[in-house]
Formats: sequence, C-alpha cells, structure tokens
Amino acid sequence: MLFYSFFKSLVGKDVVVELKNDLSVCGTLHSVDQFLNIKLTEISVTDPDKYPHMLSVKNCFIRGSVVRYVQLPADECDTQLLQDAARKEAVQNKKR
Amino acid sequence: MNYLPGTASLIEEIDKKLLVVLRDGRTLIGYLRSIDQFANLVLHRTIERIHVGKKYGDIPRGIFVVRGENVVLLGEIDMEKEGQLPLEEVKIEEILAMQQEEQTVKKQEEEKKKKALVERGIQPHVDQIQEDF
Repeated sequence: MLFYSFFKSLVGKDVVVELKNDLSVCGTLHSVDQFLNIKLTEISVTDPDKYPHMLSVKNCFIRGSVVRYVQLPADECDTQLLQDAARKEAVQNKKR
Repeated sequence: MNYLPGTASLIEEIDKKLLVVLRDGRTLIGYLRSIDQFANLVLHRTIERIHVGKKYGDIPRGIFVVRGENVVLLGEIDMEKEGQLPLEEVKIEEILAMQQEEQTVKKQEEEKKKKALVERGIQPHVDQIQEDF
C-alpha cells in the first residue's frame, strides 16, 4: 500500500514510465490503483521512430506488471518521508 | 479495478476505440466492450495493425478476448490524429512480406550476437517464453 499512496500523492505530476519492453512513455500521472496500474494523459513517446503505433494515442493505461521504472522529478519526491513510511511499514509487517 | 475515485480504472475506456499493445509485440485496435480485475479484455471489431518502417497494414480480426497478463498497454485512439498519421497504409500481403523480411534480418543479427557471446565463453540464456514486445 505504501507505493500506492506514494503514487497517489504524485497525481498531476509529469513522469516517464519505462516499460519492460524498453518503451519509454512520458506523460502526466492521471491515476494509479492498488496493482500500480498507471493511467497517463498527454503522453509522448521518447523514441517515436522506433514505436510508430503510439502516434495517435493521447491517453493510456499501463498495466502495473509491465513497468520497469517510473522516473520522477527529484523535487517532487520527499525521500525522508518515504524512508519514515517504509520504516513504519516494516515495523507493522514484523508485528504481523 | 474498482469504482473508487482517483484509481486507474478501465471502466472509463469501455466502448472506446483503443490501441492495445501485447507482450508478443502485436498491436490490436478495437472497441473495448468488457473488462475485469485482471485486465482481461473483450475487443470488438478488432484489427491487427502491423508496422514496418513508415508503412502499416491492417488485418481484420473480429472479436478478441485478451488474457490480462499479455497486455502491455492500452491507448485511447485520438480520431483526429488517426486521420493525420505520417504513415502509409499498404495492402496486407505487402506488409506481411515486409514483416517477414524484418524478422529474418533480426534473426540473423541475433545469431551473430549469440555466436560472438559463445566465442567469448558466455552461454546463451534460454528464456521460457519468447517475449518480443
């Protein structure tokens, strides 16, 4: 749930999603769900010559299981907060 | 997939003309009629679009039921942009022939790479499922 909440806090920001098939999609994070499926709006493919099929697509839904990386702007990410949240989760999981 | 606001749901994409990229590299275009929590899809009036270079060809496929695990992404087709594609549509036979050529060239390159690695003592890693994307 930690990263679901983390991505929810990033809705509206511009991100680059790199998929396991090496396709990179740049866009605005519209929404995310518990499976970390991602919906992006106003997308642009970083290498359109290699992937011409995305030319007529403005919004897309990306299945969470095919994501390799989500690249975020550094100033959008509070690493201290993330660390604290991760520690809390670790404690909770240990208790369970 | 649920009905909570702010969650990425495919419900909103129902009845829209979507472009679906599959893990084996195929591109399907069809109207989304049905979904479930695994992102299994039912596509209506589906065409398979094959791209080679700046050319493409469409093969009509009818109704497709796609298992969610094979889906890479779903894109909403913008009809205006569809009309302005800088790509040239060609006949099915032609695009299939071009695709075959592309596959042979790729295969040859793969063989060369494999040979080079084996010569250097690195054993080829065989994947269970060939994912072409």
